[in-house]
Amino acid sequence: MTLENRNPDPLTKNIVFMNLVDEVINATRANSVWPLTFGLACCAIEMMATGAAKYDIDRFGSGPFRATPRQSDLMIVAGTVTHKMAPRVKRLYDQMPEPKYVIAMGGCVIRGGPYVKFGYHVVKGVDLIIPVDVYVPGCPPRPEALLEGLFKIQKLMRREKILDRTRRTTKPEIYQPV
Amino acid sequence: MPALTFEQIVATLKSEHGDLIAGEDAASTMPHVLIDPVKAQSGNRFVELTTFCRDDPRLSFDLLNCLSAVDYPDRDVIEVVYMLDSTSHKHRLVLKAPLSRKEPEIPTVENVWRTADWHEREAYDLLGVRFRGHHNLVRILCAEDWEGHPLRKDYVIPEEYHGIKNVVY
Repeated sequence: MTLENRNPDPLTKNIVFMNLVDEVINATRANSVWPLTFGLACCAIEMMATGAAKYDIDRFGSGPFRATPRQSDLMIVAGTVTHKMAPRVKRLYDQMPEPKYVIAMGGCVIRGGPYVKFGYHVVKGVDLIIPVDVYVPGCPPRPEALLEGLFKIQKLMRREKILDRTRRTTKPEIYQPV
Repeated sequence: MPALTFEQIVATLKSEHGDLIAGEDAASTMPHVLIDPVKAQSGNRFVELTTFCRDDPRLSFDLLNCLSAVDYPDRDVIEVVYMLDSTSHKHRLVLKAPLSRKEPEIPTVENVWRTADWHEREAYDLLGVRFRGHHNLVRILCAEDWEGHPLRKDYVIPEEYHGIKNVVY
């Protein structure tokens, strides 16, 4: 007796096996999203609270805040990004290996927050310098909100195909530090 | 030594450095002594005055609480404000030096109070006050190649910085 592939769809006909592989790999990736250790302002305090015992981000596999961008999957931009800090943030992002994800945490990171009108020194949204996957609003967002942001990232990861990484590779070049 | 009243402090200052003092305002919410900006510029007089504030046993202002600057475009003046405290006598004094807005310059007091080092760099960074004799008068908050002094009232927010647009909503 032979196994018959009854999938009529020409696009997905031969990738039944790959779907299984994708699911296994994505499950491992989504349950070990290692964030990069860095905080820029007060949102970082809330990020630390999320990492501490009460909210315990470790329950979802994101406990190990890595001290180097080379070992991280996720960049949580927590706090006001100033023009002075922008090239550093961009460099850290560039040093992270693909596939990489970005959470913009808090009002300042999303669109400048309270500095939106008179903040001469604030980048009006970190998406002007790096591509952002999930926006977590708040000033600062509560730890629950950050956890929700992490779940959204995990959802993104679970949707991905190992053979199709175009979403991760076709990113617009937004800003090159001088 | 007991704490001196504002009038006693002013009298002590005037007895030694009367020529540098352009006036005082005891009725203000923050009683202060005005420094004559032109005479403070010449030679070492201003540093002598501040050293006197620190070392005189009657005054003994051993703590520079804050050094800041304020822009008053309508008076065409940038005021440098020195807030002095005496931890032993428990009295305080505020010195104000109104400088010309075009070329605000005053001798540094970093050799009198070490605190002044970074405070003066901040006043230079944000308001462009030049502290003559400061050993490292470079920007402290803004990036090294920032243009202009942001806390001046006529400062215009740049449209972009290093290619990052400064979107104004």
